[in-house]
Formats: sequence, C-alpha cells, structure tokens
Amino acid sequence: MIEVENLTKQFGSKIAVSNLSFTVKKGEVLGFLGPNGAGKSTTMRMITGFFPPTSGDAKVCGISIVDNPAAAKTKIGYLPESAPLYNDMTVTGFLKFCASIRGLSGTAKNDAVERAIETCFLNSVALQSIDTLSKGYRHRTCLAQALLHDPEVLILDEPTDGLDPNQKYEVRQLIKRLGKTKAILFSTHILEEVEASCTRAVIVDRGIIVADGTPAELLAQSGTGSLTDLFRAVTSSDTEAAA
Amino acid sequence: MSSCTIYKRELSSYFSQPTAYAIIVIFLLLSTGLSFSFGKFMTIGDASLEWSFFFWHPWIYMLLAPAVGMRLWADEQRTGTIELLGTFPVSTWSAIVGKFFAAASVWLLALVLTFPIMLTVNYLGMPDNGAILAGYLGSFLVCCTFLAITMLVSACTRDQVVCLIVSVAICVAMVLCGYDDFTREFGKAVSPAIVEAVVSMGVWNHFSSLNRGLFRLQDLVWFVSFIFACLLGTSAILSAKRS
Repeated sequence: MIEVENLTKQFGSKIAVSNLSFTVKKGEVLGFLGPNGAGKSTTMRMITGFFPPTSGDAKVCGISIVDNPAAAKTKIGYLPESAPLYNDMTVTGFLKFCASIRGLSGTAKNDAVERAIETCFLNSVALQSIDTLSKGYRHRTCLAQALLHDPEVLILDEPTDGLDPNQKYEVRQLIKRLGKTKAILFSTHILEEVEASCTRAVIVDRGIIVADGTPAELLAQSGTGSLTDLFRAVTSSDTEAAA
Repeated sequence: MSSCTIYKRELSSYFSQPTAYAIIVIFLLLSTGLSFSFGKFMTIGDASLEWSFFFWHPWIYMLLAPAVGMRLWADEQRTGTIELLGTFPVSTWSAIVGKFFAAASVWLLALVLTFPIMLTVNYLGMPDNGAILAGYLGSFLVCCTFLAITMLVSACTRDQVVCLIVSVAICVAMVLCGYDDFTREFGKAVSPAIVEAVVSMGVWNHFSSLNRGLFRLQDLVWFVSFIFACLLGTSAILSAKRS
C-alpha cells in the first residue's frame, strides 16, 4: 500500500532524509519513531506529496506521488503535525469544505461528514467555531478531515501529541481499529504507543532507519525488554550531535 | 471544480469576519467623500464621473486592496493550513485562482455598491453611461492588479503585516510613477526614455483611457498579462518554498 523507495530530501546542504526505504501493507500499523529532527515529518510530507523528494519515490496503492500526485493524494488521509485548521469555520463547515475538495457532493458528502464526526466523537462541538475548540478537539477535527473520504492509506504525524490520557487512549483504539482495513503510518515520541497499537515499528535517526521490526522483535533486540533502552542505544541525542 | 470550492470558502471567510464589511464601508465612504469634496462633483457641474469619482480610485486601492489580499497566503503559511491544501488532490494553481477571484469578488461588490453615484449623475444630467461603465471596468482592473501584487507578496511571507507594508509600497509606487506631477519632476533628472519606461509601469497610463471611456485592447492586455504574471509568480514561489 505504501512503498517508500530510496527517499531522500536535502534542504540546502543539510540532508534531512537519506535513502529511506520501507513498506506498509494493508492491515499494518507502522509506528515511525525517532528523536526530534530525525526526519519523520519530512518523510511524511514527501509521502503525502507536500514536499517533492530530492530523489527516490513513494508509491501509494501502486501510484507514484512524484509522477501522478493528484491520483496518489486521493488515496491518502493525512493529519499534519500541528493539526492546522481554518479557525474562522465551524467544525461541520470545515469538514464539508474538505469533503467537497475531495470530490464528494450531495448526500455522499453529508454522510461522510456525519460518519467522520461520529468516529472522532465531535458531536458536541459540530456547530462550534474552530477557534473556540480545545486542543483535543482541534486534533480530532483534523483527524476527522483525514478520514472523510475513507482513504486506503492513513498518514498521521504525532496523532496523540498534546492530548490528555483519555483522549490518547481513544485515538490509539481508533488507530488500532482502522488499522485492520487500512495501511497506517504514524509517528510518535511515546514508546508505549508502539506496544499499544503498532504491528511494526521503525526507528529513524538523522534520516536513516536504525531499527525495524515488530514490537516483540524490538523488545528482544533491546536486551533489557525496554523500548526506551533500545531507543537510547540506537539514536543519538541532541547533546551528542552537537558535540 | 476545486477552484470553485476554494473560492466559496475564501469568500465566506471574508464575510464571516469583519474584514470585508470594514473594507467595503471604508471604500464607500472614501470614494463618495472624495467625489463630493476634493472631486467637486457638485460645483463642476459636469455629467461625468471621470475626474470627480474614478480619479480617486487608484489612490484608495493602493492602500485598501492589499488589506483584502494580505491574508490569502500569509495566513495559510502562518497557521500551517497550507500543508492541508498541499496534500489535498488540488493543484496549487486552482487554489491560487480560487483565492484571487474570492478577493476580487469582495471588490466587485464594493464597486457595485457605489451605484447611487451613477443614479445621481443620471438624475442631475445626461452622462455617457458607456464611458461610466468603461470607468468601472478600468477601476476594477486596477484593483485586481493590486490584488495580484498583494497575492504575490503574501506568498513570500507568513507575516500579514509585512505583506501589507510591502504590497502597499509597491502599489503606491505604481500609482505615483505614472502620475503627471511626479513624472514632470522625475523627468528633469533622467532621460525621456527612462521616464517613458517608468510611466508605462504605472497604472495611469492604462487606466486613464478607460476612464475617459476609451476602450483600448492594449490596456486590457496590459492589465490581464500583469495579473497573470503575478499569479504565475505566486505559483512559482509557493512551489519553490517546498523544495
């Protein structure tokens, strides 16, 4: 479903992502781990077609995002890192706008919006203006936008960032449930999330994959049975990088 | 189709916030106020709107048009919604076109609402209504030109205030560089060829003939190609920013 082939992104002389390759199959939830600045968001932005890669390609459902971006984008639902929204709109208005831009109209559009509102528990704020929403609701509104067109591939950049423990639990359950029928790639800092909802995880550091396996394999690889230990062993911290 | 969806969103955003109302009210007050005061609409006793009314429009637009256009891309970049737009299956070009026409529509409405002055001049005398319509067309084209410049500037920055200041400066330069009093002073210092080149970059050269009721194809071509070039530039800047 997602095939990333030798993806590289260079900003000036800085290499953000270097020759990254991995695949995510249908029914798989891939956790994308790594320290801040490891290239997680850049990779996701390339797969979703926001950034053109310097070299390499990403295929979504067999369609290249480089050669045929418009067709590939229809297959993807994307939650950007900061959950950006149009603050002057209401939740329903925003979702209807996103549905129209995805080519839905009439009853199909209304049904899709209703379904997304229900899936993301937005009923109580559906008619509220977005600039009055709390962070949790903002995140879920942006997540709802990614689910509208029932995409085959979901790319979620830190979907649980800034949520309270209850909301985190709900989002993890949602990811797990959706992961049965879709290919999901999501990035996170929270290592428990990997065990809670991923079928597989990769750890990236400075644009390179440094560990790849099922949560059980990664735990075994750590030697101590702790993902934190493995994470610390294979990635470099900011202070080391500076030194 | 997607341009239309973006057009509707932008237009409703103008009217769901005070922006459009404030701009329209200020424009109406200024344009009629200037006609009856400095424009001497009543005392001249001429049944035309050329000097009393349309003459003031470029001066008003150079300050107010950027206020309408400044948020178009600057705001998208500041809030990060550009990442949503960039990953929707729409081309940058259709987003540019949708946004431009939304801003132009606000100004079209403002111009339509000046109709009482047209009724007044028809009540008081026998004006050439064809010339008045040409004046309206010229006025609208000047406004669209300034909007296109603002859009180009707003693609460069995420700060609306910077966008406003830079766009106003460019628009003021375009109004001044073709204005007679200015070119006379300017002409004393430089060669006539340079003066001619500078004047042709100004809006008066193309607006004045339309304002007199003279429709010249070359003016229309100048306005349309200037606007088109700015929109193309916007597209180039937005793409360059991502790579």
